[in-house]
Amino acid sequence: MDRERFVYKKKLNLPWLFLMAWRNSRRNRSRLFLFVSSIVLGIAALVATFSLGDNVRKDIDQQAQTLVGADLVIESNKPVSPKIRPLLDSLGDQRSEERTFASMIYFSKSGGTRLVQVRALQGDFPYYGSLETTPATAGKAFRLQQQALVDKTLMLQFNAQVGDSIQIGEVSFAIAGVLNKAPGRTGLSTTVAPPVYIPLKYLEQTGLVQKGSRVAVNFYYKFKPATDIDQLVKTIEPRLEKAGLDYDTVEERKRNTGRSFEDVNEFLTLISFIALLLGCIGVASAIHIYIREKISSIAILRCLGVNSGQAFLIYLIQIVGIGIIGSILGALLGTLIQQVLPAVIKDFLPIEINAGISWPSIFKGIGLGAIIAALFGLLPLLSVRKVSPLFTLRLSLEPVRSWGDPFRWLVYVLILGFIVVFTWWQVHSWAQAIIFTVSILTAFLVLAGIARLLMWAVRRFFPASWSYLWRQGFANLYRPNNQTLILVTTIGLGALFISTLYFIQSMLINRVTLTGSGNQPNMVLFDIQNTQKDSVAALTRQYKLPIIQQVPIVTMRIESINGKTAADVKKDTSSQISERAFEWEFRVTYRDSLTDSEKLTAGKLSGPVKYPGDRVLISMEEQYAKRINVKLGDSLVFNVQGALVHTVVGSMRQVDWQRVQTNFRVVFPPGVLEPAPQFHVLITRVPSPEVSAQFQQAVVRQYPNISIIDLHLILKVLDDVLSQIGFVIRFMAGFSIVTGLIVLIASVLISKYQRMQESVLLRTLGASRRQILTITALEYFFLGALAAATGILLSLVGSWALARYSFKTPFAPDWWPILILFVAIAALTILVGIFNSRSVVNRPPLEVLRKEV
Amino acid sequence: MESILNIRQLSKTYQGGGRTLQVLNDINFMVEAGSTLSIVGPSGSGKTTLLGLCAGLDRASSGSVELNNITLNELSEDERAQVRNRYVGFIFQNFQLLPTLTALENVMVPLELRGEKNIRPRAMELLEKVALADRMHHYPLQLSGGEQQRVSLARAFSNNPRILFADEPTGNLDAETSDRVIKLLFDLNKEAGTTLVIVTHNLELAALTNRIIRIKGGHLISDEYNAPVTAGTLQAE
Repeated sequence: MDRERFVYKKKLNLPWLFLMAWRNSRRNRSRLFLFVSSIVLGIAALVATFSLGDNVRKDIDQQAQTLVGADLVIESNKPVSPKIRPLLDSLGDQRSEERTFASMIYFSKSGGTRLVQVRALQGDFPYYGSLETTPATAGKAFRLQQQALVDKTLMLQFNAQVGDSIQIGEVSFAIAGVLNKAPGRTGLSTTVAPPVYIPLKYLEQTGLVQKGSRVAVNFYYKFKPATDIDQLVKTIEPRLEKAGLDYDTVEERKRNTGRSFEDVNEFLTLISFIALLLGCIGVASAIHIYIREKISSIAILRCLGVNSGQAFLIYLIQIVGIGIIGSILGALLGTLIQQVLPAVIKDFLPIEINAGISWPSIFKGIGLGAIIAALFGLLPLLSVRKVSPLFTLRLSLEPVRSWGDPFRWLVYVLILGFIVVFTWWQVHSWAQAIIFTVSILTAFLVLAGIARLLMWAVRRFFPASWSYLWRQGFANLYRPNNQTLILVTTIGLGALFISTLYFIQSMLINRVTLTGSGNQPNMVLFDIQNTQKDSVAALTRQYKLPIIQQVPIVTMRIESINGKTAADVKKDTSSQISERAFEWEFRVTYRDSLTDSEKLTAGKLSGPVKYPGDRVLISMEEQYAKRINVKLGDSLVFNVQGALVHTVVGSMRQVDWQRVQTNFRVVFPPGVLEPAPQFHVLITRVPSPEVSAQFQQAVVRQYPNISIIDLHLILKVLDDVLSQIGFVIRFMAGFSIVTGLIVLIASVLISKYQRMQESVLLRTLGASRRQILTITALEYFFLGALAAATGILLSLVGSWALARYSFKTPFAPDWWPILILFVAIAALTILVGIFNSRSVVNRPPLEVLRKEV
Repeated sequence: MESILNIRQLSKTYQGGGRTLQVLNDINFMVEAGSTLSIVGPSGSGKTTLLGLCAGLDRASSGSVELNNITLNELSEDERAQVRNRYVGFIFQNFQLLPTLTALENVMVPLELRGEKNIRPRAMELLEKVALADRMHHYPLQLSGGEQQRVSLARAFSNNPRILFADEPTGNLDAETSDRVIKLLFDLNKEAGTTLVIVTHNLELAALTNRIIRIKGGHLISDEYNAPVTAGTLQAE
């Protein structure tokens, strides 16, 4: 006999491996199911957001034409020049014209006034979709008479009925119907200034359109089905651009709507992904303990001749199997949740969202779940390869240490790589994907570091003089099979997530309410004509209201910068000047002093221009100047509604845009713009809603062209919007939080198996039920409290940084909710811990030993 | 006579706590195929370590182990696993049955690993031999210690091993059950013609084998061929 007789044959025998994986999972399936539950919610959240994205994309495609209501829209926010008119009148087979502007309306019956968006319409627009009204016929019928369609929120707010009348400017209109929906409008876009449709032919009579009024004009076109709109637009684009007109096609709107939705969807997907990652850490930790308990079985198999690869595969099959089962359950749940999501975000999108089953999203979710469960499972599974058959002879052998295992590092790289690639897949930006991954990793590392520090500190400074129960509970934090690392990480991350959401929301709301409190202005009157300026000021004083600011405003565009026009800049690819500078319509004021929200950063503010021909030194806001690449001393020519004004940048200002007052990117010196068409803005503060209503009524009656923004209303709208956004975020973040809870329950349950023998031994030695419960409660209190405190602390640091550097607002968190969150998390941890340990204390030790050990 | 196990200059050292611990030192012996052998010695003498090395569960620090003419030192752990599956059977003090497998499945595992067909009848036959035909679908936890060790015996013989290693096979059993298990072990061994190596404290059990090797402090201190056991001989010891 010699060496040749033995030839090693590496066989996989896959069917047997599957059989063994199945057999090996017996008696552990309920625990395996617990591991699964950790990833179910993460997958559910992902499948729900994937499905939502899929359905919205389909819906946008299907409803694209109704988003615009026409094949082509040409838009202008100033009166259209007669030169381009023939072109506009020659396009399309059917055309409609609409003029829109903000104005106050007056409800004759209730006496209420409100800022609305008046849409004066001529023609059969919309050509796709319809103005959905009650009664349904009103959408067409109002165009033929002196009638109006009024947005349903307005009708409800002022308790108005069809047939009542409203006053717009000089004209009274009968309400023909309630406007439920118009093409391309979201629920939110109509909240500040709800739309009111009137026939265009009555616009002139309202007296609201005067020189300098800010009226936008839209031309809607319908073409024959075979027309190539994109080609047509390409042909006429230069002429439109020259005339300062913008355009929108179905494809363009589809892209824009899709783009803004994708941002929301990406955000929701990342929140869901965090829930999945959290679940995966739970799975990895549970598998780690599962494998530790299986070491003796693995050693027996190795004795009997199972090679390391086979042993590894037996467990990998189990993990991938539970990953797939968890993912299928998650996908099912996600599909159910997806039925609810459209209702949650319907106000943010101008389309009807259908909640159909999205098979690609379901398969994507299942695939993702299986891959990520396997990846995270690989970490603890790698040690299976190293289990020595010697464990059958000596159970006291040192546990396998695998830090030097190169495969372990490979798995870490794979996990990080997977997170980066998945994030990139969602956000399409490597930089953002890496920032996201690094942030998550940092949070994990900080939490894990703190957990390790805690274990070290407890061991190092162990309070030997404390009572036995305290010492036992304390010692459980670092003894073998402890749950400190996993619980501090998962609970801490959950706490971090919840409290950061809370801080950001309250920061945003505080910032808004701050501006509306104290002596800050809360009412803005605009569109005041030159002739009305003094009498409106007098009326304001009559109501004993302060005139905080009254400024003239002139609208203009930049014609050239340092001699270069928009066309020159477009041709010159090396030009540093931004093309957008020429598109922007500036609202400019003139004065020779700074307001308290401004600070001069360069140059000197110019005094009045005394003689024609003098240099006009303007002041620019420094951030905007930087954006369009304009420096001190540059010469700019402005087109002030037809007249060209030559200027030089004489100073730069820093402006605090957060303040509720008129702020300007460009300030002219006095002596130049006085003759130009202009309107005035008056800012005041009303002490109460009653005074506000009385004052508004008086203004609207005497000056129907003046529009009023009541900050109370804006605050209310903003509050609504923030609550809705907050709800969506909380809804999705809820998955992470519940996942954290499941991981917590799973971890505590697993540790129950670890602690069972010890607790039974203590019971056998005479420990009372109360003593065991106290030890358990103390251990979980330490864990829960530390995890919650760490998470909240991290969140405080992060939120402070956000407040300081991003929102630029003082960070003054409300401590009560934080304290409540801390107590809730610590209490929940103790509760789950005790609840899961009850079987140890409620039954006789022998019964427990027979059953569980 | 053909040798099944050949141990030459075998040493095993462990590194731990900054010092080297010599557990076995220059052990030499040879075991003939079909013979029975006991390794005896006090606790900590190194006998379990020796069993582990002989069975290919561990690698020697120096020297060599030849099992069925295969030099185990030269093989990787996976190759040694295959050697164990082909030529070796095990019986452990704490039975070491897979808790999630039934008695029958536990017996079938070594045969399944070899990819053999129609293994169920063979496993059932073995369980019948150990008088567990009626318990074959029970899980280890549902069996008594003696029953578990009998399943372990059936499993050890299921792959027709050339050599069987038993580590304190009666260490966890009461006297009556021990007698029954020992009788079964020797009967099955005789029937199969397998080489039997037993590590034990139990001199009565050692006396049943035809050779006894004594180990103390990692050294082989005696290697005696044994006459048929009588109560008198045991008492004299």
